[in-house]
Amino acid sequence: MKSLQALQHALADAGHQVDILEHQHAFPQFSEKLEKIGLFPLQPRAAEILQVNLGKMCNQVCKHCHVDAGPDRKEIMTRDTMELCLKVLAENPTFVTVDLTGGAPELNPDFRWFVEKIKELDRHIIVRCNLTILLANKRFNDLPVFYKMHGVEVVSSLPFYTQDRTDRQRGDGVFADSIKALQMLNAVGYGLPDTGLQLNLVYNPAGAFLPPSQATLEQEYKTALAKEYGIRFNALYAITNMPISRYLDYLLVSGNYERYMEKLIQAFNPAAARMVMCRNTVSVSWDGYLYDCDFNQMLDLRVSCTDAQHISGFDAKAMAERSIVINQHCYGCTAGAGSSCGGTVAE
Amino acid sequence: MSNHYYNAEDLGKFGSIGAYQKELADKFFSWYGEVFKDSALSAKEKSLIALAVAHAVQCPYCIDAYSSDAFEKGWSEAQMMEAVHVAASIKGGAALVHGVQMMNKVKEISM
Repeated sequence: MKSLQALQHALADAGHQVDILEHQHAFPQFSEKLEKIGLFPLQPRAAEILQVNLGKMCNQVCKHCHVDAGPDRKEIMTRDTMELCLKVLAENPTFVTVDLTGGAPELNPDFRWFVEKIKELDRHIIVRCNLTILLANKRFNDLPVFYKMHGVEVVSSLPFYTQDRTDRQRGDGVFADSIKALQMLNAVGYGLPDTGLQLNLVYNPAGAFLPPSQATLEQEYKTALAKEYGIRFNALYAITNMPISRYLDYLLVSGNYERYMEKLIQAFNPAAARMVMCRNTVSVSWDGYLYDCDFNQMLDLRVSCTDAQHISGFDAKAMAERSIVINQHCYGCTAGAGSSCGGTVAE
Repeated sequence: MSNHYYNAEDLGKFGSIGAYQKELADKFFSWYGEVFKDSALSAKEKSLIALAVAHAVQCPYCIDAYSSDAFEKGWSEAQMMEAVHVAASIKGGAALVHGVQMMNKVKEISM
């Protein structure tokens, strides 16, 4: 399977995606929903998480990927841009967490250097590890030990606790490799009580539907993974699929787009809207541009402070006073119990 | 008059039955919501039971609703189909067990 970009697919163009979201069907405007509950324009809170996309290259090609990542993507963050991120971190102590994502962030040749430098700044680090990267090449086999050395929190996608649903979404063989990778992480102490080494899993629906109860699902995952494979982990994050990129392609091709959007809109939850992750997160793209979230990044909807849209010109005051850029895809973060990179946000 | 007895869109209008009798509709939807909550049985188990019953009563709205709900709650296709077989076998058995009644009657009237 190739990326939409490699296929020269129309949806590889972010502008085309935005056009579909805005014009394909006359859904109620997300901005109007926010206005009704007094949240428009949406304002940020203190910026606590700097989410850095280290590149779009990935060893997997998942059907739902909002990044359109894959082995054929060559966009990768340079060390120069990483140094700009480190400068912003050093100058802005409100950023207590750095969330490293991709693609597979570990495929960036400067990944380990960057982790070490962030740790020198004494920040909490999250790595969004796709698990199979640990087995993709011998040079990645020691990553669990590297993560442990630097107290990195590992957050990993495992769409389901059965092989069938996982492989359907992430590709043949992914479940088996993910199980091996989880066992490697457990072997160095990740996910085990009293080690302090956090291993959190991510569920996202393998189809055109919303996640079920996160708490219930976490118990099912824990029971099934422990019984079948002896695997332990800390928490499960249930994440809603955003109607963008490859998942948008799936929705359109399968005829589920309108129904899915209606589902998201019907499930609009004001409590979730108040807690959306873009209010305390700043997202940086592989080439250093600033976004309100990783989804806006993939739609190329940059932050609204037009004079400071690049990490090289990071302006904390302008960022604090900006309005968050929203569009119809934002319904994905406000449906039901809400959705963020840390799972649900509302009861 | 509509050309169809069943329209998929009507499922989404279920709540509108309150327009003609609000008090009873409110009571029904409140009770319905309580029934499907996690309790002695989990909401996930109840969803699979509902799927089976939906087939037994052959309600297209319920089949749509609980096929989605059961799959979303994590039941596999095989588990869902087995639930349908349970419903079908109870329906089949319910018909067949009346064969005994038929036999009784035949025995009663025959020499």
